[in-house]
Amino acid sequence: MKKTLFEKIWDAHVISEVNDGPTQLYIDRMYCHEVTSPQAFDGIRKRGLTVFRPKQVTCIPDHNIPTINQEKPIEDPISRHQVQALDSNAKEYNLQYFPMGHNKNGIIHVVGPENGLSLPGMTMVCGDSHTSTHGALGAVAFGIGTSEVEMVLATQCIFQSKPKTMRISVNGNLKDGVSAKDIALYIIAKMTTGGATGYFVEYAGSAVQALSMEGRLTLCNLSIEMGARGGMVAPDETTFEYIKGREFAPKGEEWDKALAYWKSLPTDEGAQFDKDIAFDAADIEPMITYGTNPGMGLGITESIPSLDSIDEAGRISFVKSLDYMGFKPGDKMIGKPIDYVFLGSCTNGRIEDFRAFASLVKGKKKADNVVVWLVPGSWAVEKQIKEEGIDTILTEAGFVLRQPGCSACLAMNDDKVPAGKYAVSTSNRNFEGRQGPGARTILAGPLVAAAAAITGKITDPRTL
Amino acid sequence: MEKFKTISSTVVPLPIENVDTDQIIPARFLKATSKLGFGDNLFRDWRYDKNDQPNPDFVLNNPTYSGEILVAGKNFGSGSSREHAAWAIAGYGFKIVISSFFADIFKNNAMNNGVLPVVVSEAFLAEIFSSVENNPKTIITVDLQNQTVTNTATNKSEKFDINSYKKECFLQGFDDIDYLLAKKQIIEQYEDKQSDVAYFLTT
Ligand code: SF4
Repeated sequence: MKKTLFEKIWDAHVISEVNDGPTQLYIDRMYCHEVTSPQAFDGIRKRGLTVFRPKQVTCIPDHNIPTINQEKPIEDPISRHQVQALDSNAKEYNLQYFPMGHNKNGIIHVVGPENGLSLPGMTMVCGDSHTSTHGALGAVAFGIGTSEVEMVLATQCIFQSKPKTMRISVNGNLKDGVSAKDIALYIIAKMTTGGATGYFVEYAGSAVQALSMEGRLTLCNLSIEMGARGGMVAPDETTFEYIKGREFAPKGEEWDKALAYWKSLPTDEGAQFDKDIAFDAADIEPMITYGTNPGMGLGITESIPSLDSIDEAGRISFVKSLDYMGFKPGDKMIGKPIDYVFLGSCTNGRIEDFRAFASLVKGKKKADNVVVWLVPGSWAVEKQIKEEGIDTILTEAGFVLRQPGCSACLAMNDDKVPAGKYAVSTSNRNFEGRQGPGARTILAGPLVAAAAAITGKITDPRTL
Repeated sequence: MEKFKTISSTVVPLPIENVDTDQIIPARFLKATSKLGFGDNLFRDWRYDKNDQPNPDFVLNNPTYSGEILVAGKNFGSGSSREHAAWAIAGYGFKIVISSFFADIFKNNAMNNGVLPVVVSEAFLAEIFSSVENNPKTIITVDLQNQTVTNTATNKSEKFDINSYKKECFLQGFDDIDYLLAKKQIIEQYEDKQSDVAYFLTT
C-alpha cells in the first residue's frame, strides 16, 4: 500500500489499538519543561512508579527564565520554585538535563534540533503545543497535556486517536522579502485558526523544498495555530546536511544505517491524503496580524477587513478583537505607530532570523520611541551571533542582545509588554494578554520586525 | 477519577468563538506545581479588572447564571497545550463543556481530567444560547450512556460522539495510565523489535 510520510512513521510506532478507541503509540523522545511537567512527575510518584525510559527524556527549563542576569538566582520566587522543581525531578530520575545557564540551554524547540536530539522518523512529544516544530526534520512531533506527559514518563507510550492527513503544497518561487514566517501566516490566514483541527499536515511543494532547515522549523512551528496536531516536511538532502555532525546525531556506521532508513520515509507517489491543498508562492507578501488570533493576518500593504465582509456568527469576536487592539475595520496597517519589538521565540529565535534582522538594520539606527528585545533561542544561537559579528552590527544600530529563553513570547518572566502598548513580535501568538495583561501583539517575520524597530511604526521592509 | 453520571444542570453561557487557552487561564497563573486552585483564576482577565475587582459584565460574575455546564462558542480551547486550562475548568466546578467545535489538545486534556467535551451542531448550540437568554434557568441534560444532550426548554435532543473506550473510562472512573501500565510486556517486545530496525531512535 502506498503511504504518506506521516503514516509510515505513525504505523512504525503503533503498539496496540483499543477497539473503537485510541491507539497506543510508542514515543521515541520526550522533552520536558518546567511549566507542564511538575504535576506529571508528582503523578508517577503518587502511583509508586519511576521513569520507565530515562534515556529518552530530556529536561530543559525555558519558559520562566530571565533574559538578563541568568548567572544569578531567579528573582521571582514562584518562577524559581518551578525551575527548581524541574531541576530536582531531572536529577532524581537521572534524566538528560540542560539547566539554566548550561551551554545547551535555550528554548526546547530550538535546542532539540540543533543538538541532533530530534531526528527524522522519530515520534516526539513535549507538554507544549509548539512541539510541532520538530516535524520539520521529517518526524511525528506534537504537543501533549500534563496527564499525557505522565503517561510517557510511566510507560514511554501515549494514547492518541489517529489524526487525518493533510498535504499543503506551496509551489513556485517566493518573492523577495518573503520568509518562512510569512508563508505560515499566509496559510493560517487562509485556513483559519481551526481549519486544520484533527489533521496532521505535511508541507510540500517547491517553495517548501527550497526552504532551509531553519525556515522549515519556523513553518512547522506554526502548524498548531491552524489547529493541526502537527506539521512535517519530508527529509531530504537539506535535512541530512543539517543533522550530520550534530552532537547527538548518529555517527559512522550508525549514520549510514539511519540515512538508509530516512530515505525510505518520504510520501510514496500516489499516496492519498484526506485533504490536499495548494497555494502559489507568488501570492505571498510579507505578512502581519491585526487581531487577536494568528488567523487574523494580512499582506502588510493590505487593510483590515470591513465589518460586512465578516460573516455574522464571527462578528462579535471580530469586533471584540479589534476593540482590544484599538484598530478599526478598514484601517491600513502600514504607518501605525508601535512601542515594542520582540525578535525571538521558538518561531524566529534561530540564527537565520538574527541574520535577517541584522541585514536590515545594518548601518541604520533604532527608533528612539521603541523598546526592542532581541532574544536568541538558545546559547548556541547566541554564540553564533557573536562568532558571525552580528552582535556588532546590532550594537552599532543601538540594540542590545539579551540572554536566551522564551521571554516575551508568553511573558512568564519579566519581559512583559505593558497594557495598551503595541508590540511587533516574531513569536507565534497574538492572543489577548499573551505578552502581558492588556498587551497588543502584532505578529510578523524578522524583516518586518526590523523595519518597525528602525522606523517606530509598521513599515514594509521592502521600502527600506 | 469520579464516575460520570447523567448530568442535568443550568448552564453558564459564553457565546464567544475561538476562546483560547490564554483566556481560560493566563500564562502568569501557570507557575503552580500542583493541580489545585486553578479554578479561582479561570477566565481571569475577563473576570477581574486591572484592580482585581470582579468585572460585573462577565458571565461568571453574574449570579443569574450558574451550573455544572459551560456552553461556549465555536473552536473552544484553541492555543496552548496547557492542561492548566482543563484544571481551571474542572476546578471551577464545570463537569461538561458544550460547543460546536473544540481544539484537539484541549479536548484530550479535558477528558483526562473528568471534564466531558460535548460537540453539538451549530444550530443546536445557537438554540441553547437563545433558550438561556430567554430563561437563564433553562436545564440542559447530558446523558453519557445514551450519548444524548437535551435542551429541556425546547425539548430537542441531539446525539453526540465519544469513542467507546473513553466513554467506558468516564462511566467507570478509570484512566489511561492504569490501562497502559497493564501493557508493559508488549512495550518491551516492541522496543526489542525496534532496536533491530532503527536502534538509533531509542538510544
Ligand atoms: S518560545 Fe513561546 S511558543 Fe515557543 S515554547 Fe517558548 S513560550 Fe512556547
